[in-house]
This record gives sequence, C-alpha cells and structure tokens, in this order.
Amino acid sequence: MSRAGTLAVSASGLRKSFGARLVLDGLDLEVAEGTIFALLGPNGAGKTTIIRILSTLITADAGKIRVAGRDVVTDADGVRAVIGVTGQFSAVDNLLTGAENLQMMTDLRHLGRRAGARRVAELLEQFELADAANQRLSTYSGGMRRRLDLAMTLVSRPQVIFLDEPTTGLDPPSRLTMWQIVRDLAAAGVTILLTTQYLDEADQLADRIAVLDQGHIVAEGTPAELKDRIPGGHFRLHFADGDLLRSATSLLPGAAADQDQLVLQVPADGSVDSLRQLLDTLHHARIAVERLTIHTPDLDDVFLAVTGSHAAGERDRDATTQGAAPR
Amino acid sequence: MTSFASTLSDTRVMFRRNLKHQLRYPSVTVMLVGLPIVFLLLFVYVFGGQLGAGLGPHQGRHDYLDYLVPGILLITLASVVQGTAIMVAMDMTGGIIDRFRTMAIARSSVLTGHVLGSLLQTLLAIAVLIGVAFGLGYRSSAGPLRWLAALGILALAGFALIWLAVALGLAAKSVETASNTPMFLILLPFLGSGFVPTATMPSGLRQFAEYQPFTPVADTVRGLLTGAAVGDHAIVAAVWCVGTAAGSYLWSVRLYDRRRAVQPR
Repeated sequence: MSRAGTLAVSASGLRKSFGARLVLDGLDLEVAEGTIFALLGPNGAGKTTIIRILSTLITADAGKIRVAGRDVVTDADGVRAVIGVTGQFSAVDNLLTGAENLQMMTDLRHLGRRAGARRVAELLEQFELADAANQRLSTYSGGMRRRLDLAMTLVSRPQVIFLDEPTTGLDPPSRLTMWQIVRDLAAAGVTILLTTQYLDEADQLADRIAVLDQGHIVAEGTPAELKDRIPGGHFRLHFADGDLLRSATSLLPGAAADQDQLVLQVPADGSVDSLRQLLDTLHHARIAVERLTIHTPDLDDVFLAVTGSHAAGERDRDATTQGAAPR
Repeated sequence: MTSFASTLSDTRVMFRRNLKHQLRYPSVTVMLVGLPIVFLLLFVYVFGGQLGAGLGPHQGRHDYLDYLVPGILLITLASVVQGTAIMVAMDMTGGIIDRFRTMAIARSSVLTGHVLGSLLQTLLAIAVLIGVAFGLGYRSSAGPLRWLAALGILALAGFALIWLAVALGLAAKSVETASNTPMFLILLPFLGSGFVPTATMPSGLRQFAEYQPFTPVADTVRGLLTGAAVGDHAIVAAVWCVGTAAGSYLWSVRLYDRRRAVQPR
C-alpha cells in the first residue's frame, strides 16, 4: 500500500493478444501521481491497447493493474469514476452542439443542473469554445473538435487522464495549444498518461518516457536519461568538393567523412566553445564550409539505439544553424 | 445517488440525446414515415379498386382501405426501425461509444435510450399513418377500448422490432450494412395477411404466411379495429412479440458486451 499510494497507475505483467497476435508481452508500467508519462512508439507497438486496458475498455489476458489505487477488473466503475479518456478517434457527438456535448457529460457525471451549467460555461471559456458553443460540430475545425473532446473528458475533474495520440492530425498552432493544455493540467496536479509517435512531443511534455516496441518497453526514463544513454551529438559540415572534405578530415580527429554526400560528421558535445574551436580550426586552414548543421541527440537516436530501427516516419532530425527552431 | 436513480438519470440523458438526433436529422424521420404513406396511397388508389373487388361481391376501394390499414401500420413499424438500426450502427462505429464505456454510467442506458427514442418515433409514425388513413376515408367501428388494445399490440410489436433492429445495428460492421439488413422486415407484411388474405396464396407460401409473426399481429389489429372476433390471434401475436423482444434483447446485450474484446481499429 505504501507504494501504491503514490502511484497513479501501476501495471505488472500486462499481457494481451488478439487471436494469434501477441500485442503486449508481459509489460510493467508505473506512473507517479501528478506527472506526465509518455508512451512512445511507432504504430502497432501496443500503445492504444495499453490505454484501452487501463481505461477499462478491454480486459488484459494477464497482469495486475491498478489505476488511482483501484483494480481495473474488480472495481472498473471505481476506476471509471476518477479517470478521463480522450482516444485517438474523436469521441464527440457530431449531431449536438459543443455546449450540448458538454452538458451531456455533466448530466452523465451527475453534477446536477446548476453545477453542471457552471462547469459547461467554465470549460467553454477555458478551451476557447464559447463563441462556437451553440454551433453544431459540423462547423468545428479539427483543433476545436479535439479541444471539445478533451473538455468533455475534463468535465468531472478526473485524477488520471489518458490521452491517446492527442495531437495526431492537428496543425502546428493547435498542437502547441494542446501541449499547453496538457502542461496546465499537470501543473494542477492531474496525472497524465499519453501516447505519441512524435518524439519531440514526448520530449517536450513528459516527465518520464517509456519507449514501446512490439509490446515491450525497450527503454524508460526521463528524456535526459534516455538521451544520456546514447553517444553525444555532432556537427555536420557540408563541403563544395572532395578535396576540401579530405583536408578537413585530416585536420579533425574522430571525424567521419561521407564522400558521396561531401559531408563530414564531427563528434561534439554541442557547446558553443566546441563550435568556436571547430570554426577557428577550419578558418585558419582556409577551408571553406558550405553549410554547417548541429545535431543534438534526440529521441529518434534513442529509438534507433534501443530497437535498431527508426521510429515511424523517419525524418531528418538536423536543425540548421540559421533556423534552429523546434519543429 | 442510488444505482436505480442513476440508471434512470443516465437513461433519460441517452433518450434525450436520441430525440435530439431525430430532430437534427428530420429528413430521416420524413423518409421513414414517407415510405408507408406512399405504400398506402399506392395500394388504395392504384391497386385498391381491383383488390377490393377481390374481397367479395359489392366490395370496392373503400373496403380494401379498411382491410389494408393494419398491414400498412406494420409496414410503418418495419420502416421506422430501419432508422433504429442505422442510429445504433452510427453510434457503434463512432468514437463516442468508447467515451461512454470509460465512464461510470449505467451500461444499459445507451441501448435503452435508442429503444425509447425509437418507440416514441414509432408511436408518432403510427399516429400520422392513422391520420392519413382517416383522411382517405378510413372508418372504424371500434370503440376507445378496442383502439387502445390495437395501439397496445402495435406498440408491443414495435418494441420487439426495435430491439431486433438494435441487435442488427450492433451486428453490422458498418452503417451501410445496418441500413440494409432490416430491409427484409418491410417485405414480411406482404408475405402474410397484411395486404391480401392468406387463403388466396398458393400452398407453401400460404403456410409460411399463416405462421410468420406479422400475420397474427395484423389479424389481431384488424379484428380489433373492425369489431370482428380476435380469437387466439392476440395471444399468438403477444407471444411472438415478447419472444422476439426477449431474444433480440439478449442478443443485443451480448453483442454490446462482446465489442469490448474487439481489436482496436
């Protein structure tokens, strides 16, 4: 009981298969109260299955699971009373207005007429939906729809919130809004377990991350811990021709040259000093560099290191020196 | 809140939701009620003269209208429940059902909300059709009690068909399937005593027509409205309705629960 008191979610030996396909293979999971925990993995890793089990939608084949100290099998309704779930597919009623959707939730949570109306108004305001409150959802944008979806989840002020790919399909501004909402919730003491296939999203939001691959957790820790597990970053130098590349290679110990792309990869810790040193060396040797990019280790590297394959949507993770803005 | 009170409250919420859906999609209701009206007009004005003459000497269009009304009311029931199956399938293929399942709400309320909503829609449709029939010159010698009994048996048959449609909607993998599977229900009153006496049918078909569930319901309603003896038709009709409702209810609950184990999309 001593540990369970501080854990919002604890699962051990979680096992689930659909027919012959084993989706979760003896998985353990612990989420501390009041933290944001991200399940990171490509499509088909089992993220959604975990959320569906923890939120009582389906039952596991084996494993002991407690959410907010309650057993998901023997006390499913107890769990349902304190959780909120926003799934991957929008769980809103398209034929109702935004306000009617929220009111339906307050009614189903038995808030009572007056308290319900107050909560509806509050949420409409908080999620910037007040103007569209009485419009039908067919007029809502994807971002508004997702905000309403989350607002419906929050009607009863759940202690634990499950978010299954909360930003999939959202445009960048809506995505940033959603991130802020998640952070605000966590700041208010709510425990959040979210899944994502976006590495930067987990990095941005989560206190702890579990990397999921084919039903196993292959790595777990804080974003910093995960990044520490892999070799540091590097500079990438792009040259105009092979001669310059060869001269630079001979000057810089430990550098790895790519003759085809005329790129030199120089290991570095990413500090300003190391960058200045590198530029000075090249300047003194009068070696012209076409372009320089800085690569800091990110979760894709972690994924590559722990699973031996890239996460979904292999992308160029390099940030150029001119515009090193986060994507 | 006691569990009974919260079940009642949750059911009311779902019922209200279903009514709102009906109001927001009036075209569906219009289409569902329009079909039996078209059938009524078709059978009275196109086929009615000829079919009426077939009922006996000195009989005509108006006599056929009197015969036809119970059959048309059954078509009305069968038509309205097409909408039930579609609504249920729409719910099950959408994301909102998963939200309901992760909330501590009465499990039965989602389906019961659909059933109550459809039942209200059915009663309204029956009222509309009876109104139209009266407009066409339909007259009944039945007193209030017999009318009430006729409406009661229609409501019971509607209730049974609604639960059947709920099950068909749950069983359907897509909304398109759900809009097709209950179609056979519209055909059944034709293959019974709904439109012509079963005695005029060739053997084989006649046996089917005499024993299929729509026939005792049609006969009971016709008997009640024309003032004729109802006999044991009413008991047979009631047994069919209760049996269909109970079987469909159990099937629905099973389908509703089994969906929990389905693989995520």
